[in-house]
Amino acid sequence: MAAVIPDQLHDHHHGPTGLMRWITTTNHKDIGTMYMIFSFVMFLAGGVMALTIRAELFQPGLQVVEPELFNQLTTLHGLVMVFGAIMPAFVGFANWMIPMMIGASDMAFARMNNWSFWLLPPAAILLIASFFVPGGATAAGWTLYPPLSIQMGMGMDMAIFAIHIMGISSIMGAINIVVTVLNMRAPGMTMMKMPLFCWTWLITAYLLIAVMPVLAGAVTMLLTDRHFGTSFFNAAGGGDPVLYQHIFWFFGHPEVYIMILPAFGIVSQIIPAFARKPLFGYASMVYATASIAILSFVVWAHHMFTTGMPLAGQLFFMYATLLIAVPTGVKVFNWVATMWRGSMTFETPMLWATGFIFVFTMGGFTGLICAIAPIDIQIHDTYYVVAHFHYVLVAGSLFSLYAGAYYWLPKWTGRMPDERIGKLHFWASLIFFNITFFPMHFLGLAGMPRRVPDYALQFADFNMLASIGAFGFGLSQLIFLWVVIKAARGGGEKAPARSWEGAEGLEWTVPSPAPHHTFEEAPVVK
Amino acid sequence: MSHTLEKYFVPEPSIYPIFGSVALLLFGSGAVMWLNDVGPGPLVFFLGIALLIYMMFGWFGQVVKESQGGQYGKRVDLSFRWSMGWFIFSEVMFFAAFFGALFYVRVLSLPWLATGENEAVLWQGFTQEWPSSGPYPYAEAFTPMGAWGIPAFNTLLLLTSGVTLTWAHHGLLKNRRDQLAKGLLATIALGVIFLGFQIYEYFHAYSDLNLRLDSGIYGSTFYLLTGFHGLHVTIGAIMLAVMYFRVRAGHFRPDNHFAFEATAWYWHFVDVVWLFLFVVVYWL
Amino acid sequence: MSLAGRLAGSVVLFLAIPSAFAQSRYNFQEPVTSVAEQIYSLHTLMLIICLVIFVGVFGVMFWSIFKHRRSRGAVAANFHENTTVEVLWTIIPVFILVGMAWPATKTIIDMKDTSDPDMTIKVTGYQWKWGYDYLHGEGEGIAFVSNLATPRAQIQGQEEKGEHYLVEVDNPMVVPVGKKVRLLVTANDVIHSWWVPAFGVKQDAIPGFIRDTWFRAEQEGIYRGVCAELCGRDHAFMPIEVHVVSADEYSAWVEGLRLASVAQAEADDREWNQSDLIARGEQVYAATCVACHQAEGGGVPPAFPALDGSALVAGEHGPLVDIVLNGKTGTAMAAFAAQLSDVEVAAVLTYLRNSWGNNVGDMIAPEEVAAARGV
Repeated sequence: MAAVIPDQLHDHHHGPTGLMRWITTTNHKDIGTMYMIFSFVMFLAGGVMALTIRAELFQPGLQVVEPELFNQLTTLHGLVMVFGAIMPAFVGFANWMIPMMIGASDMAFARMNNWSFWLLPPAAILLIASFFVPGGATAAGWTLYPPLSIQMGMGMDMAIFAIHIMGISSIMGAINIVVTVLNMRAPGMTMMKMPLFCWTWLITAYLLIAVMPVLAGAVTMLLTDRHFGTSFFNAAGGGDPVLYQHIFWFFGHPEVYIMILPAFGIVSQIIPAFARKPLFGYASMVYATASIAILSFVVWAHHMFTTGMPLAGQLFFMYATLLIAVPTGVKVFNWVATMWRGSMTFETPMLWATGFIFVFTMGGFTGLICAIAPIDIQIHDTYYVVAHFHYVLVAGSLFSLYAGAYYWLPKWTGRMPDERIGKLHFWASLIFFNITFFPMHFLGLAGMPRRVPDYALQFADFNMLASIGAFGFGLSQLIFLWVVIKAARGGGEKAPARSWEGAEGLEWTVPSPAPHHTFEEAPVVK
Repeated sequence: MSHTLEKYFVPEPSIYPIFGSVALLLFGSGAVMWLNDVGPGPLVFFLGIALLIYMMFGWFGQVVKESQGGQYGKRVDLSFRWSMGWFIFSEVMFFAAFFGALFYVRVLSLPWLATGENEAVLWQGFTQEWPSSGPYPYAEAFTPMGAWGIPAFNTLLLLTSGVTLTWAHHGLLKNRRDQLAKGLLATIALGVIFLGFQIYEYFHAYSDLNLRLDSGIYGSTFYLLTGFHGLHVTIGAIMLAVMYFRVRAGHFRPDNHFAFEATAWYWHFVDVVWLFLFVVVYWL
Repeated sequence: MSLAGRLAGSVVLFLAIPSAFAQSRYNFQEPVTSVAEQIYSLHTLMLIICLVIFVGVFGVMFWSIFKHRRSRGAVAANFHENTTVEVLWTIIPVFILVGMAWPATKTIIDMKDTSDPDMTIKVTGYQWKWGYDYLHGEGEGIAFVSNLATPRAQIQGQEEKGEHYLVEVDNPMVVPVGKKVRLLVTANDVIHSWWVPAFGVKQDAIPGFIRDTWFRAEQEGIYRGVCAELCGRDHAFMPIEVHVVSADEYSAWVEGLRLASVAQAEADDREWNQSDLIARGEQVYAATCVACHQAEGGGVPPAFPALDGSALVAGEHGPLVDIVLNGKTGTAMAAFAAQLSDVEVAAVLTYLRNSWGNNVGDMIAPEEVAAARGV
């Protein structure tokens, strides 16, 4: 354990030691570290599920897993990656970086911060353990649509309670971030001087506060429909299965932006640092982020075009969805304009950030295509959609997380990341990612539905290609583990306080690794 | 680096969060076991609740101690204000999910079920009227809950409790401790009477009206909305009771009493939810 | 840039010719309805617009990446805003979006127009098969269930997979060419989705609700689709097969079905003994029940209870007949009153009571089922 404590040498804290230190800690850096370790463990768990899925889909026919288990795997892969890997990873970044970026001594509610993290392991236990109970884990898809989710066994109830617990964690974490950003800024650190990462997280936190309770309501209704005879989603009793989809996606679409806005923030920190040029259009970046967040509340039913909603509904949700392309486009243009006439170098973080813009934007374009309702009706629930959301969630969120991890690793560990291995990680990930997910566009267009363990013969070759890519991608992620462990154990070049030549911001004014307590006396920002 | 801000209080490492986590794990897994008749469900469930209560006593006790010890300055006070506000907003969104469900069913899906092919092919003869237990032809009949008996009286109770609480607050601001204590006690009493009536109403619904959780969509929305509201009234009343004991212990000053204010905000929030409930669940 | 431009140009040209991609593995299936055609060209249009923007934006980005790097001596400029540019790249996309939304709106309005159909078919999703009821138009009254025809042995890899592996059914839907067919889509248990790519039709089948959609197939042929909404274990194994035939062939098909059902009714209209019922019931079980309750009657608890050793199966006749006819609300057990005849219900129950470990030894007569229906 000691090996991965990044700030051992500068340890000023006097609390418990050993395991108890981590269980009782109120230090934002400790908690950030735990979030990240947790999310990486969950990422590997979800990855194993993904690879099992891809192994089954390697060729037509049933070979590796039975359909019941296959559906459990797709469901839990989604839940684990969304709630266990991507979201906690971003919260980990927020914990580590926001106080240091705004010159605060810690998060506003340090004790509650601890609880936000320590609620995640119980939720993860409930989710993972559900594989081993009678009937297995829920197999209703991560969206948990009734009536299918009503048919499930007790694994479904475990997922419901896991979601409740993760929801509590997210709401507390989000409130903490909002209050920290609003109330803990150093003198002179006005809102419009804040690093963009803080802005995107502030807006993300608002989204979390607004929609996690809605998800809690939705799964509570599932629970009472399952066990207490209510009829929310049962037409015979006057309810409607589609009602669940409305409530779920009212949560679900903002959730998509919860997973991408902090990514925009990270990339907006990195591009200027390596272009050695200030971020282009800071103010418009802030407004674009806010616009995306606000629009995210009025586009939810574009996930439901095939349910057959009234004409006016289809048109409204299509138009609103198309509008999102405008602020998203502004962001991409701003990043490119930041690069323009810069003095760029391509260390590993910049590679990831550039890769992010390139591949994420491809996901953006397929998103635009999906927004056109008639086309969406054709590609809804096909591999096209699978390709689309992996382009934005893997090439988007995950790539930005890697960009951020390489960027701030020196601040966390005091060691520069190994450039050679980091670049290998990037190129392997980028290539295998595209081998895995690009063919899925063709599969979807040609008519292959998602969430199937078996498929017609004309889809065989692309599936095989995707499976090969998936295994390559999965193995490539172990390279990252190597980089982190090496740096955490004190290997590699020692990092100066300002670890990257062009890096700006308060976090680079403190030594690397950052001492256990930073900014106990607030700096003054001019 | 100049020192222009007062130092922000950062608590020492704490053992309570992990208790809370274990408590919720027990609570959740106990509930799952109970619902599915596996293992010692109720035991684990109540163990979780007990641990949660223990955690809250310890944790909040420590917060009170820190607050009384003068460790929280103006900045921490402001943090509490922001956070309570956003917490209440998250509660609003939780209720919004259920109000949204009620709206959707009454305005959209029930009319759909009663018209066009839905009626002609699937649910012949189903007519759209509220209250409804849906088109299932063999559903048992029930009598809906009227608005102008107990519910109207309950509305009056909660509105009055808002007034008594404000009166108590004025007492606190003017340092009239007696008025503060009396106002609080009156508010708690009104809340408890409200809850008593709600329990009686449920009893009455089950035994006389045949209105049950499984009485179709009406029963579902009625019980879940009023039930979650009742739960929040209970939580609010407990918070008020804690305030009362703190007042008795001499806590709070006219210029520093955010715990009291937070409780008052919460109580008013619960009030407002009830007004919406009264209109769309009982009345219209 | 010029090379990249030329390359992009040829790609655009390639995509712009739908015939180049017809029957392609890289694009939508060849459309056979006007709606599918509109979708096809909408998609081509979107692809071209996206590609042009893509080339533009990333042309600039990669130009910058190659030219403005420090290793090439680039010195950083210091600009960080330009209101004109920012306003432009906010406004121009709005116009592009309007250009996309306009044709899409027309298509949506067309897709929603289910008026004046030549015939109406009710499509019901079951776990895991499709039911078709011809409600109006020629063939009115025809009703049948459509199951996957691919043998289990092919799925398990014990046999070589056939050409139409997983997209072939025992009883395909048959419709006449050039006629507007209105579909009333619903489901019996969970949400399914009826999807035939070549028609441009995908409609979720929602239990308890009917949603309508339509198609007019302009070309005879066999068109295949699959269930597109996760519906449980055999989601991948409930395909759709539609035969679009000439008006004459369609009439012949309708007549053939009518004669067959008369013959079946005559054959069923007789005294049944236990062993005949068991034999008939085994067929019904294999066609209707086996997907959930399994070949050996073990089920998949808790969603699908075991029938082997079940107290309900071995118990009184009344509740047993009732659960098959009316289903059980809140569970996956569907109502089979519309799907199965009296004889079939009696047969399958008699079979159940005398199979595997169950040996009640009696029979349930078709008359009992008929009586139960009367209630």
